Amino acid sequence: MYNTLSKLILFIALSCSFNVVAAPVEIFQFDSPENEKIFHKLSEELRCLVCQNQSVAESNADLAKDLRLEIYTMLQKGKTEEEIASFMVDRYGDYVLYRPPFRPMTWLLWFGPVIIFFFGMIFVVRYMKAQNMSKKVDSLSEEELERIKNLHAGQDKK
Amino acid sequence: MENNQPSMMKRFMPLIMFVALTALLGIGLTLNPREVPSPLIGKPAPEFDLPLLLSEGRFTNKDLIGHVTLVNVWASWCFACRQEHETVKYLSRNGVRIIGLNYKDEPDDAKNWLATLGNPYQAVAVDYSGRISIDWGVYGAPETFLIDKQGIIRHKVIGPLSDQEKYDELMSVMSTLEK
Repeated sequence: MYNTLSKLILFIALSCSFNVVAAPVEIFQFDSPENEKIFHKLSEELRCLVCQNQSVAESNADLAKDLRLEIYTMLQKGKTEEEIASFMVDRYGDYVLYRPPFRPMTWLLWFGPVIIFFFGMIFVVRYMKAQNMSKKVDSLSEEELERIKNLHAGQDKK
Repeated sequence: MENNQPSMMKRFMPLIMFVALTALLGIGLTLNPREVPSPLIGKPAPEFDLPLLLSEGRFTNKDLIGHVTLVNVWASWCFACRQEHETVKYLSRNGVRIIGLNYKDEPDDAKNWLATLGNPYQAVAVDYSGRISIDWGVYGAPETFLIDKQGIIRHKVIGPLSDQEKYDELMSVMSTLEK
């Protein structure tokens, strides 16, 4: 039993380490540290379309490799970060950006959570008020008032 | 007593919210996140100048002007391309002009593939490095672009053309174009 368990742990540990080894590595020589910074920033902010939950920086897919080379080549040619980003958007659409642009088309995307939160707050406040209201006893019936009177009267006599 | 009863609206609120959320998530499930709409629709085909696979000479974006054309991105390593091949051949037999864009493939493999399975293409342009396909926004094979007579991209099919729904959609866009 313990043997199997330790084998399993070893297996998991090993497969994790393989993942690390498998992270894409290419050697790019940059003209300036700024370009290198932009390269890393861009490739982390661009979605790899083949394997959609990875960025261009993380992915091993052929296309991601090609796009990294493209970013590198454009940087070496002196293109700016914005120029490279719009190059990608022109070809693959806004979808390649992990950070969607702020435009009328995407207002719902940006404001949606705030709006939903706002409605949620209204709901919660109203719910809490309703809860408080229902705790209060509306009013006593004639009978009950009579009984209270009688009880008070009885006490007074004592 | 009646005042303490929650109103009809209140009583059904959780149900309404449940149904709304289920509907929203249901719609989400039917969408395919792998199919990213192309920003190139309605724009001229990107410029390119590529060597031909089966003969000497080159194929450029200017060769797209004057005919309604399908540009079919394929490769011999691509399984789904094999899947759609009969459909591509069927279209070709019925007089549709189809240009192959051989994507990141070994020319010999591509030639063998066509020799074995049949060649539906009027011309095959070779994009060995995949650089031109980046300009076309290609992110996998097969992909098929519908180009009108003026050289404008009108429609894009992502994945095999043999999919009935995609095929019908392509045909309906194609039928609106001037021959």
